[in-house]
Amino acid sequence: MSIDIKEPKRRHVKLAQRDSAVRRVAAMVLRYGYLIQGSIPRVLDLWYWPTLQMVMWGFITTFLTQNSSFFAQAFGVLLGAVMLWDVMFRGQMGFALSFFEEIWSRNLGHLLVTPLRPREFIYALLTMSVIRTAFGIFPSTLLAIWFFGFNVYGLGLMLVAFFVCLIMAGWSMGLLVSGMVLRWGMGAESLAWALIFGLAPLCAVYYPVSSLPVWVQFISWSLPPSYVFEGMRAVMIDHVLRLDLLAAAFGLNIIYFSAASWWFLNCLKEARREGRLLQVGE
Amino acid sequence: METAPANVAIRVRGLTKRYGAVLAVDGIDFDVAEGSITALLGGNGAGKTTTIAMILGLVEPTSGNIQALGEELPAQYHRVLPRINFESPYVDLPHRLTVMQNLKVYAGLYGLERVKDRIAELAADLDLTEFLDRPTGQLSAGQKTRVSLAKALVNAPELLLLDEPTASLDPDTADWVRSYLEAYCKERGASILLASHNMAEVERMCDAVLMMRAGRIVDQGAPGELISRYGRNNMEEVFLDIARGTGKGANLAQHKTASAHEH
Repeated sequence: MSIDIKEPKRRHVKLAQRDSAVRRVAAMVLRYGYLIQGSIPRVLDLWYWPTLQMVMWGFITTFLTQNSSFFAQAFGVLLGAVMLWDVMFRGQMGFALSFFEEIWSRNLGHLLVTPLRPREFIYALLTMSVIRTAFGIFPSTLLAIWFFGFNVYGLGLMLVAFFVCLIMAGWSMGLLVSGMVLRWGMGAESLAWALIFGLAPLCAVYYPVSSLPVWVQFISWSLPPSYVFEGMRAVMIDHVLRLDLLAAAFGLNIIYFSAASWWFLNCLKEARREGRLLQVGE
Repeated sequence: METAPANVAIRVRGLTKRYGAVLAVDGIDFDVAEGSITALLGGNGAGKTTTIAMILGLVEPTSGNIQALGEELPAQYHRVLPRINFESPYVDLPHRLTVMQNLKVYAGLYGLERVKDRIAELAADLDLTEFLDRPTGQLSAGQKTRVSLAKALVNAPELLLLDEPTASLDPDTADWVRSYLEAYCKERGASILLASHNMAEVERMCDAVLMMRAGRIVDQGAPGELISRYGRNNMEEVFLDIARGTGKGANLAQHKTASAHEH
């Protein structure tokens, strides 16, 4: 079947456009920036929990320091753990919440018919994860110095390495959860919160891996954050830089991040195949 | 598939979409002429939205071929997407962002130069200037449609796909949107493929009509041609004939469907 093809009424006039991945990623970051900038509750939410956590654990640390010789020698281990754990938590939520914004606003269909490519969408979400994490945690690190005399920046370059490893672990979780929402709908949204809290006991955040039951230790050593928290304790308690732990965390992160990216892109493909992209969020 | 001539904006051959046991689109073939406004008509569940979504890449076809603006899809989506755009009342723009912010974001996604000038031009054309700093979610349905249209035109697309562009609009706003789209098509030489349930709209705007029923194209032609072929007074009556399988149109449509499938 075909219809008569007429001559076009007029030649199309093109606008000046530049095919730039950086520009598209920047446009997405701008979109999330507008969202945060225009909402005081969102800004407060970024600061509230990290600050609250820091204050609560700061008082616990102060109490333990006064009553335990171990904590007296290793002042700040708990506070440092809380702050670093928040890097992973905020990293994951920064990614997942930015993605959920597209679902909640039913905007995904619009985005995916623009020249924005799926991997650029991921880069934008990763960028937002870093911005939201840094923006959320930085004030609480300054308050920790002021309130409790604990300076997390004393970890020096190791802090940068810990930050990178933990935020990468957060990205893997964010990709995993966002993929689940694409596959199973917004019912999977609650997993964004539940999964990461479920991981906390296994990641040896506040205690060494050796204090876990032997069979749980195997699971713990398969998770990148466990190496980071062991590394942090090595620096703060034993004053030793454990580059082997960092290398293991980084290596595992590469594996998890690659697998999670594959999962997310696969779920996106699956959503296209199943025709869910127009309905997602409903 | 043979390469479409230069004056074909969309060429679809054997396009099929199956969801499990449900055949949503059943091996359809059609062309959309460059510079034309073509309507995709059919009752609810006829396969119009799925067809548009497959052309846009939002839904992956089960089989078949699509060419848009001379490029094979999905292989060349990255070449086609900057040149097309889409509007549907069923897909929203972020409500919390202002109109200006939304348009800036989309201008960035399309890699536009001189973004401010383009937004000012669109705002003037679509009578949006006074709403630019208002959150999109606070606008009326008519204003939101104009904003969605501004988003759909931000890259001055050569091909515009519209899913019920005037649904839920009052007659005055709907008439205004139709006039605007007609003028855009004429002035820019752009092509439009639109799904609609409004037969008066189709009669007024469209150069060609594709009638769909149960995932198949059961007839096509210019609105006037279809009206006279079915011996009816308007497209509404033609639509009812085809959708209900009644009147003179029933035999015609069935015959066309059968011969298309034999072919």
